[in-house]
Amino acid sequence: MDAAQLEIQERVAEEQTHHGTGVFYWVWGVLLVLTAIEVYLGYQNMEPKKMLTMLMGLSIVKATLIIGYFMHMKYEISRMKWMTMCSLVFCLAMMMVFFPDALRIISLGVH
Amino acid sequence: MAHAVVPHDAAAEYEPSLFGTYSKKIGMWLFLLSDSLTFGALLYAYSYGRISIPNWPTPFHSASIANATVMTAFLLTSSLTMVLAVAASAKGNVAKERLFILATMACGIGFIILHAMEWTKLIGEGLRLPVFPAMPGQETAGEMVNVSKAVPQFAATFFGLTGMHMLHVTLGVVYLGVIALRKKFIPILLACWLAAWLLTPAYSPFHYGAHVLLICAIVISIILWLKPKVYDASDVEVAGLYWHFVDLVWMFIFPLVYLMSTKIV
Repeated sequence: MDAAQLEIQERVAEEQTHHGTGVFYWVWGVLLVLTAIEVYLGYQNMEPKKMLTMLMGLSIVKATLIIGYFMHMKYEISRMKWMTMCSLVFCLAMMMVFFPDALRIISLGVH
Repeated sequence: MAHAVVPHDAAAEYEPSLFGTYSKKIGMWLFLLSDSLTFGALLYAYSYGRISIPNWPTPFHSASIANATVMTAFLLTSSLTMVLAVAASAKGNVAKERLFILATMACGIGFIILHAMEWTKLIGEGLRLPVFPAMPGQETAGEMVNVSKAVPQFAATFFGLTGMHMLHVTLGVVYLGVIALRKKFIPILLACWLAAWLLTPAYSPFHYGAHVLLICAIVISIILWLKPKVYDASDVEVAGLYWHFVDLVWMFIFPLVYLMSTKIV
């Protein structure tokens, strides 16, 4: 292992000292509970638009937990957080431009 | 023409990263951002169809939902074991790190097997894409025969989205195998390829899909031959980022594809 690799190794070890492993078990438990809630909602006979909104809301909460804790984003510096998350949210939000068209088609009653 | 002489004896000044971390990790984040747009496009395409087509099929019985829920639990558990592997590698505990990576791979393989079973069941019931090889007796069997004809968008978006994700999980398992076992993983991979190729029937998409493993084995051999190295904690952390991303994407596919198409009786 060369000097640069050792330096990175130390850096990784330093980054991981922010927290113990107990928090990961908590996050895992919360994710399982949220999944159970989603399955329950799946069996409620709801209007597709309403169900889509609720399920995607829960999925965003789950994604936030995974990115924040498992992917360690919570412990990165704010510049890293803003650069990655803003670009991601912006690009994905831009794709929503198609949804009004989907709703327009269904209101036309086309089969 | 005389060449300009550049002095190299001066000590280089260390410049800290703009983003407070090492380049490999930033590189993986940039890759994941681009990959999230690929999945974003596929997820939006599925959602568009789900909202705009009134007779969108709801083919998933409670057995399929239970299967997909277990698959979700597998992936969530694999994320836990992966993050524990990263923590163990940061502490220099190599044995524990390898154990947790192998546990992560086991969960990933469990996910792939369950998903392959689900695909096989749906294909057996008649849900298919034109590119799939013809299955003997399929014209008369199953409740999904007409779905592919009535709403072709369902099969196209379902197989496109879940197939892309299954490919990512497979590549993730291979990636982790290389990090944990390095070149010892190549014969294991080749054995998996042979088993998958020989044990699946010729009409199954997995018969040809198995060749992904062969391609992986070739690419890994070239990489390990060109740049043999000991993988350290940073490599484990970067591999972990990829694995968590695969888990993250499934958190959107599961409700959107399965729960939004639950057959309520």
